[in-house]
Amino acid sequence: MHRFQSCISRRRFLRSAGALAASTLAPRMLFASTGGPGRLVVVVLRGALDGLAAVPPHGDHDYADLHQELAIAAPGAADGALALDGFFGLHPSLSFLHERYLAKELVVLHAAASPYRERSHFDGQNVLENGLTRPIGTADGWLNRALAALPGSAHPLSERAVAISQNLPLILRGDAPVLAMSPAAAPDIDEDLLTRLAALYSKDPWFAARLREAVQGEALLDATPDMPSSRVSAGAAPTKAGLARGTDRMGSAARMAAALMRSAGGPEIAVIEAVGWDTHANQGASSGTLAQRLAGLDNGLRALAEGLGPLWRQTAVLVVTEFGRTAAVNGTRGTDHGTGGCAFLAGGAVRGGRVIADWPGLSRNALLDGRDLRPTLDLRSLFKAVLGEHLRIDGGSLASRVFPDSGGAHPLQGVVRA
Amino acid sequence: MVHAEIAVLRFGLGARPGELAAAAGDARAWLREQIRGPVPLAGTTPLAPSEQIFAEVMAARREKRELRRAADADPKGTENVLRDAYRPHYRAQVLARAQSAALTSRPFAERLVHFWANHFAISSDKGIIFGLAGTLENEAVRPHVNGRFLEMLRAVEQHPAMIAFLDNQASMGPDSAVALQAKRRSVRPDGPHREFGINENLAREILELHTLGVEGGYTQKDVTSFAEIITGWSIGDAGGRFAGGQTGRFFFRDNLHEPGAQTFLGKRYAGGRDQGEAVLQELARHPSTARFIATKLARHFVADEPPPAVVDRLARTYLASDGDLPAVYAALIDSGEAWEPEPRKFKTPEDLVFSTLRAFGTAPGKPEDVLRSFELLGQRQYTPGSPAGWPDVARAWDGSDALMHRILWASGVAERFDRGVDPLDLAASSLGGYARPETLAALRRAASGTQAVALLLMSPEFQRR
Repeated sequence: MHRFQSCISRRRFLRSAGALAASTLAPRMLFASTGGPGRLVVVVLRGALDGLAAVPPHGDHDYADLHQELAIAAPGAADGALALDGFFGLHPSLSFLHERYLAKELVVLHAAASPYRERSHFDGQNVLENGLTRPIGTADGWLNRALAALPGSAHPLSERAVAISQNLPLILRGDAPVLAMSPAAAPDIDEDLLTRLAALYSKDPWFAARLREAVQGEALLDATPDMPSSRVSAGAAPTKAGLARGTDRMGSAARMAAALMRSAGGPEIAVIEAVGWDTHANQGASSGTLAQRLAGLDNGLRALAEGLGPLWRQTAVLVVTEFGRTAAVNGTRGTDHGTGGCAFLAGGAVRGGRVIADWPGLSRNALLDGRDLRPTLDLRSLFKAVLGEHLRIDGGSLASRVFPDSGGAHPLQGVVRA
Repeated sequence: MVHAEIAVLRFGLGARPGELAAAAGDARAWLREQIRGPVPLAGTTPLAPSEQIFAEVMAARREKRELRRAADADPKGTENVLRDAYRPHYRAQVLARAQSAALTSRPFAERLVHFWANHFAISSDKGIIFGLAGTLENEAVRPHVNGRFLEMLRAVEQHPAMIAFLDNQASMGPDSAVALQAKRRSVRPDGPHREFGINENLAREILELHTLGVEGGYTQKDVTSFAEIITGWSIGDAGGRFAGGQTGRFFFRDNLHEPGAQTFLGKRYAGGRDQGEAVLQELARHPSTARFIATKLARHFVADEPPPAVVDRLARTYLASDGDLPAVYAALIDSGEAWEPEPRKFKTPEDLVFSTLRAFGTAPGKPEDVLRSFELLGQRQYTPGSPAGWPDVARAWDGSDALMHRILWASGVAERFDRGVDPLDLAASSLGGYARPETLAALRRAASGTQAVALLLMSPEFQRR
């Protein structure tokens, strides 16, 4: 009578998922990776990264005056920036990104922004992710709409994108099937319980669909031999200090994304989120709060590259945030919500070693509303270039479905290697 | 007959044994009785007040600085000084919150406490308030949840946890006494000059998240002038840069306040310490605030996409009653749309944990009993991560990975609780008429009592409210 109660490891359950698939759950088709198509990782930095600290324009003579104690000194000075092109530098915490720059695998973009011009985090993130010019108007994200236009699939029946998250972020929500998976401590599951839940949900399509996706996600994990010590240890007991800085989460999310993407039939696209950039007080400069966060981001990106291994050659990593922060320091050694900021495009597929910035300057007249870096690059121009050149989505789809009303945002040219 | 279920499961926090029967007579009256007077914590866990916690934190910071100065300091050891000061308070607050949710006989009022605490969300992943996060809910929300919105607004925005969370304690008027003095001192021909000025974080979030809403009709200029208006809203401290006031309590620092009149939303406000409170009054009676709050309440109790008729009704009641919250709650209770039998709200992890505790008629005895659940289900208490609070729509919680976590969690709960529980009795006392025939059939057919309990907790009708 106890035959249904045997608890088996999640992995063993996955191996037997075929039995479930035959009855109530859709099959997941696994194909070997062809190795050809471009891979994309989007890192969304929530909270508004200070672009003037991450990519200090030390060559601008107004910079040090405005950013004051938060300014990063020019390369060569004590605790100075890592050198880029003589005008811009990189924050000293970003050593991995700097290596990629020297290896011509990093494009640094500055004075960039989404079309959003107010200063609410939440609306700003909506615009960054929905691909429109306004925070409302659609419930799906541009990356999901891009999936529908993605050519030639190696594995047509399965999800081609994953969010490393328990719940889907807006950028990946929509009609195209996608996965949400997170590093979590979850060792055992009762196989029979899942079968019975599938039956219990048969009259409730909403629950039925989610259970189907969940089981497919488990199957993918099972097909991922190099998953770092499985999900169990990937998310187990991060230290409190690590949580506070967001470093552990970024690292384990990056390792999980890399392992999934390398697995046979794994997703080609991954979304990672990192929080903690809203530095209103005591932001710090070459050390301090923001420096720690940037180090966590940089380490996470290094873990991603190491995890991807040979796949790094085919990968582009897009690092974006909802908006920048004020050019001047506020009254509490931090910065308030601003407009223009920086973005990064890194990866073996990227034609890098360059800074792309139509620099508006930081003089009082140049600042937007007298306070913010004025944006001169629409982030959608970058997104379109990556989706077009790297993922080979046709320009018509990009201009109409993926980014409606984006006629003024012409795609950048030549961001990936030919 | 389904009225009691709606009152207890949707308006309340899930049924404790016998609760459906208690609400069965007149479900609306059962709800109305709950919306009078303050809503103190149910349960027995003693909690320290915010001023004591704040004083301990300040002492720990000083101790940490001294330890760091010592030549042979172990940096790990100094980290622990702060954590040891905060952590017992955080754990006690989480436990007290879960006990209160599990035990209260006023679950509608308790849900409203949670609603407002989330409306005025602070997040304890910001170091300085790690030990203070629950104090805002307990000290500023619970006393005022059944009062006028303005009173709660004032208590919240002047609570030390909110001021510290949104960085207002040292926000400085550019022409305030302290700023002028500091500027005079820092004038050296070749020395670095530092800006002295405002931090607009609290002002912006009050407008965007607490009152008018992002579409509420204000500009960047309004944000800036409001930030100057509330310069001086600070926290008392015995030592440090700005000594003065009672440690850990709201303290108006005249010498940080920007002097002079200000224009905000087209109106002039004379300078002085009453300037900020006058603006709060204006905000509390603003039609945008009425609409914003009405929308959030309707979303919480009716549907993710709230029916416009309910929003209009609640907003009108809010304005007509000058922000009298029980009047607004009563209008909600009287809205037919809130009594649709089909449950439309997908439970948040917090809802799921609390309703499960209530279903079993139990309460946690120690923090570990619930901390792990919230971590696994993705809603660590008091850490929404941003001042916007936890999202109140299903799509933020309904990821397939989240569902798998709920299944794993429910399995674990069932293993601990199955002894002596008849799953069919549990279904009757916790869901009443909400239990679907197919769920009851699945429970009867289950391979074990443990599995039946897991199926019950994971049934669509238990996962929604």
